[in-house]
Amino acid sequence: MIAKLKGSYGSGLEAVTYLGQNYMVVDRSMIPEILYVLRNEEQFDYCVDITAVHYPQREKQFDLIWVLYSYARNERIRVKTQIADGDSPASSVPIWAAANWLEREVFDMFGIKFEGHPDMKRILLPEGWKGHPLRKDYGILQQDNEWVQINMGIESGQ
Amino acid sequence: MTDHTTLSHLELETPEKPFLDANELVINMGPQHPATHGVLRVILRLDGEKVLGLECVIGYLHRGVEKIGEHRTYTMFNPYVDRMDYVAAVSNGLGYCETVEKLLNVEAPPRAQHVRVILTELNRIASHQLWLGTHALDIGAITPLFYTFRDREEILKIYEKYCGARLTTHAFRIGGLQYETYNGFEREVNNFLTFFRPKIDEYEELLTTNRIWVERTKNVGRISAEDCIALGVSGPVLRASGVKWDLRKAQPYANYKNFEFDIPIGENGDTYDRYLVRMAEMRQSVRIIEQAVAALPEGPIIAKVPKVMKPPAGEVYHSIEAPKGELGYFIVSDGSTQPYRVRVRPPSFVNLQALDLMCRGQLVADVIAVIGTLDIVLGEVDR
Repeated sequence: MIAKLKGSYGSGLEAVTYLGQNYMVVDRSMIPEILYVLRNEEQFDYCVDITAVHYPQREKQFDLIWVLYSYARNERIRVKTQIADGDSPASSVPIWAAANWLEREVFDMFGIKFEGHPDMKRILLPEGWKGHPLRKDYGILQQDNEWVQINMGIESGQ
Repeated sequence: MTDHTTLSHLELETPEKPFLDANELVINMGPQHPATHGVLRVILRLDGEKVLGLECVIGYLHRGVEKIGEHRTYTMFNPYVDRMDYVAAVSNGLGYCETVEKLLNVEAPPRAQHVRVILTELNRIASHQLWLGTHALDIGAITPLFYTFRDREEILKIYEKYCGARLTTHAFRIGGLQYETYNGFEREVNNFLTFFRPKIDEYEELLTTNRIWVERTKNVGRISAEDCIALGVSGPVLRASGVKWDLRKAQPYANYKNFEFDIPIGENGDTYDRYLVRMAEMRQSVRIIEQAVAALPEGPIIAKVPKVMKPPAGEVYHSIEAPKGELGYFIVSDGSTQPYRVRVRPPSFVNLQALDLMCRGQLVADVIAVIGTLDIVLGEVDR
């Protein structure tokens, strides 16, 4: 399958195996198409997870990762791409309904907005919270003190 | 005179504008609601008693587990995972330990694997018991709660004797187990199985053909296999819709491939089928534990793992079949003692997304039944 994809997409796609697990590193521009092909032609019908990793030193700060599974092939694959801070990748909600909350969580935790998402807002943290906690520059004790003071009527949540 | 004006005023208004002209009503349920199994808030859009749609508001129990993971060593983070799905702490630990073992490229020795399977399956039973008791209570049957909690106690006693804790057990270590089984462990587990087998029948006697139970659960919260797959739903909810998929069989982990068991499935994908599937799963767990105890090998309980764990840089995704569905860990290592990123793929979080679809067209009282049947744990939804 990967050979076939590589044949049609060429250099923007790199297949990697680490510890027996397959993943592909795909160029940002090809993401919507690759995801669509994986879902509709290669039967990866189960979107297990969408998540991100923050690398503040890099020029393209975020790794965006889709974990996919195919019931028909009993096979798992991860798709990985690099995006810059402030970049808005296309939402995959039209491809997998499951992406809805998963993308909202990525937005909540990393501040990555997904273009075309039906309801792009925070999910775990309250509306109006400042900052995205899973970014590396967000300290572990840090919080939105202003929000805590106004909404909870206490000096600090710590 | 005043009376007269008021009256004419009323008469003028009544025919054109009915007192309650909106046929859509928005009400809030939770987060402090006994039947939402924790702090789940649901905003319901209703037409009379019929649900037109709903929105879940979650995050009340958010503790930033993933962030904490980045600031602890691999070993230190292990007890934290127990606090996510706190009714299935052992399963969480198994998933985490196996993922880190994959990163380190070590494998737990056979004896450890067997004990892990025994404790994890006991945990599946305990989790399903808690689900059954609370779910039945929500629907109005009080007795099952007392029965299931009485019997769950026996499992917790085994945990307590094994590792000193009943709920957040921290039973496993990366590479195997910390503790050898106690004297009489096999006997006590076997005794539990003998004790528990007729208890499942007892639960079923209370509910399976109970007219009220059947009326409240049949055709309630139906979801088709296609919708389950599209929404990423896993676990008993998926199986009750007729998809025969269980990670223990599909991609065996630990040493599940050595044991014989079936994957129970349902047909209608309604609350009643999900009930039947979970009941059948408890019986299958009994079967697995029985085989695992009978074949418990001698040998070491922990593999050779370094005291200071520094997995080589790389990333791995590993998932297990937790009582609620697919529980996955995605860990990125940068070669240091602390994970660069820990991502938990919680089954409850993803399954809860189906609540809206499952409740549409149902009655308000059914929302309670559907929340119960999804078997969510808010500690895991919010992390």
